[in-house]
Amino acid sequence: MRTWLFLVAAAVLAAVLVDGLAGLPSFGHFHGVDGLTLDHVTVRQRHATDVITAINFDYRGLDTMGEEFILFASSVGLVVLLREQRSDRRQDARDGPAPPGGDARDPLLALVGRWGVAPIIVLGIYIVTHGQLTPGGGFQGGVILASALITLLVTSGGRGPRTIGRHGALEALEALGAGGYVAIGVAGIIAGLQFLSNFLPLGTAGALLSSGTITSLSTVVGLEVAGAIALIVAEFVEQGADSGTAR
Amino acid sequence: MSFLPFAVAAWLLLVGLYGVVTSRHLVHLILCLGIVQASTYLLLLAIGYLHAGRAPIFVGITVGTPAVDPVVQALTLTDVVVEATVSALLLAIALQVDRRFGTVDPDAIRELRG
Amino acid sequence: MTTLQAAVLIVVAASGTAVALTRDPTRQVILTGLFGLVLAVLFFVFQAPDVALSQIVVGSVALPAMVLLTLRELRRRAAERERGE
Repeated sequence: MRTWLFLVAAAVLAAVLVDGLAGLPSFGHFHGVDGLTLDHVTVRQRHATDVITAINFDYRGLDTMGEEFILFASSVGLVVLLREQRSDRRQDARDGPAPPGGDARDPLLALVGRWGVAPIIVLGIYIVTHGQLTPGGGFQGGVILASALITLLVTSGGRGPRTIGRHGALEALEALGAGGYVAIGVAGIIAGLQFLSNFLPLGTAGALLSSGTITSLSTVVGLEVAGAIALIVAEFVEQGADSGTAR
Repeated sequence: MSFLPFAVAAWLLLVGLYGVVTSRHLVHLILCLGIVQASTYLLLLAIGYLHAGRAPIFVGITVGTPAVDPVVQALTLTDVVVEATVSALLLAIALQVDRRFGTVDPDAIRELRG
Repeated sequence: MTTLQAAVLIVVAASGTAVALTRDPTRQVILTGLFGLVLAVLFFVFQAPDVALSQIVVGSVALPAMVLLTLRELRRRAAERERGE
């Protein structure tokens, strides 16, 4: 019954969509002036060769602030939900015995966990700091940094959350990222310009320390995203490791 | 033929909605929401595409060469990461539902009210 | 619109349909990983390397990890409930 209702509604929606989408300029004939102008002026104006990162952290930096706070709010909501579930179940096992199986892990996993994490962190830092030059930036690099922690959690057998996912540190990292963005914006006001204006020296296009606040904003967003995703995964892992049956 | 990107975006939207409506497992529902999100990314990028345009990165490329629209790419980029986090929040809500009702079947949850 | 773009679009539509029509969440996660990868290829073909990088890292690392951990927890709770009854 519900399926039939849906199919009728979907047919109506499909008709509306096709009618609306047919009114767009045909594929490949984009007319927007803003975007194409930005392609031409960004390198000269902001000394940044990656136009997309310049848009995210300079021309439309306020939107990115909103997005990163969506991320922050989601991770906080998730932490509240999962910790409330855990505290309902667990009375006093916060310092209980470590789960068994700590030394019986697969040797290949142990190898990856030991030697694979450092290259991932280096790659993450590279992507974050080179955001204004080549494809990359805070968002992508932050997820890569978080994946280093995920690798540690996955390859460490049952011991992960207690020894690695130090929630205080991850929460501090995330808060530092979120607050740092606003702080850099306010620093723009203190420097006599508007909120989130690019007031640092622009440097030369193509060098690492260029484009003013774009680099700093990208770095703090990278910290925040890394902290948020690592915190989320650590919370999920601890959710499962809590009831005694180790991985 | 040049309508194909928009047609695929509309198709993904409808297929994702179908998956959401007929879902019997909350995690399946959340992954179908991911398909709906993907349809919006595709639509955004298809709007901003320029024939024979390059990627808007100008490392070693002269600035005048035609490039695709960077603004839609900036929007889509932040969206991809943020929506993953929102999906995580939805997964946590699914876990909460499982605790309260003992099931993750959306149909069964309605009957266990009160 | 090049042939490559058309081909990738068709593959995206097909894998999206497959993800929506697969009922079992564990299988669906694997298909979602494939869908994410094909989507990243599509973003590349549309000249959007930043977005493709974003999609790759999120769709192959963050999202499957979260979903698989959730599924594991749900399975464990279901087994616990059955043992308790």
